[in-house]
Amino acid sequence: MSASVAHTSAPAHHHYTTLGLDSRKVAIWAFIGSECMLFVSLISTYLIYKGRSVVGPFPHETWTDPSTGHVYHPILNIPVTSASTFVLLMSSLFMVLALAAVQNKELPKRTRGERILGNSRLWLWMTAIAGTTFLGFQAFEFTSFVHEGLTIRTNLFGSSFFTLTGFHGAHVTAGVLWLVTLLAIDYRRGLGSKDSLLVDIAALYWHFVDVIWIVIFTLVYLIK
Amino acid sequence: MDSHASVTNLPDSAEAQAHAPHGEVEHVHPTWSTYWKVALILTLITVGEVWAYYVPSFVASRAFVPTLLILSALKFAIVVMFYMHLKYDHRLFRVLFTGPLLVAALTLLGLMFLFGHLFIKVM
Repeated sequence: MSASVAHTSAPAHHHYTTLGLDSRKVAIWAFIGSECMLFVSLISTYLIYKGRSVVGPFPHETWTDPSTGHVYHPILNIPVTSASTFVLLMSSLFMVLALAAVQNKELPKRTRGERILGNSRLWLWMTAIAGTTFLGFQAFEFTSFVHEGLTIRTNLFGSSFFTLTGFHGAHVTAGVLWLVTLLAIDYRRGLGSKDSLLVDIAALYWHFVDVIWIVIFTLVYLIK
Repeated sequence: MDSHASVTNLPDSAEAQAHAPHGEVEHVHPTWSTYWKVALILTLITVGEVWAYYVPSFVASRAFVPTLLILSALKFAIVVMFYMHLKYDHRLFRVLFTGPLLVAALTLLGLMFLFGHLFIKVM
């Protein structure tokens, strides 16, 4: 396995910086940098309020309501969230395979394996489906939390949790819509290696959403 | 599943080079098999994290939080380096990402020391 996936970061007919880099790619990295600041502010808020809720339900501890005697069990569902985390991790793999397929579109595909790996529509669909599945898991989680008595207004945990994960979910939703537009372009005129930057920028955004979830999963769900 | 893509057939690279006298126009990215291996490593680390969550003696130990933080940082770095190609791309992108990330991390640390209790638990 010595072959490498080809990539050009500066297709023709676009604006370049003095470093020879496409301005759009510079812009997406600057945007991702600013998004780091946004999510760190949300994560900081969650961590500062962690363990300071006066009333339950709580994320990892059982709580009995003194007025009603109702027992609230720990609300976080780790098996379900682990599954959704796995789905999002796999979506990053699908996304990077979609990018590689677009970058190598013009290369001859000799074997069945190469044809599968070179099918950009397949991998874009897989990424979009994985993203939608993740959103489905999140919708299930939010719904079950509300049914168990935790809303954004219940306590500090609810406020910071729904804000943080809700913002992340909104980013995943935007990513899925972005993928759908790429699929529309692919079906309309076909994505070729000349379009690799379009997919590269979308892929960078998608992977960023993934790495943010990696942090959220550990800090919010696993650390008690 | 092996790939035999080579660094060829890059349309417009000559024109791009003309616009980009100082920059690296063409970058070599990991192979498909590398992407699969990275996915396997990420999955194994995640399985390890979740397994650790269900071991009461480990959760009660002082190593629990640092271990999870290190594993999370490792996954973060792997995705950024291999899937986001930061390891292979132009250093300006590294600066654009790690600069704000560093500021954000320092902000988080500052806020935790001022208002949080996470580091009290870690230490």
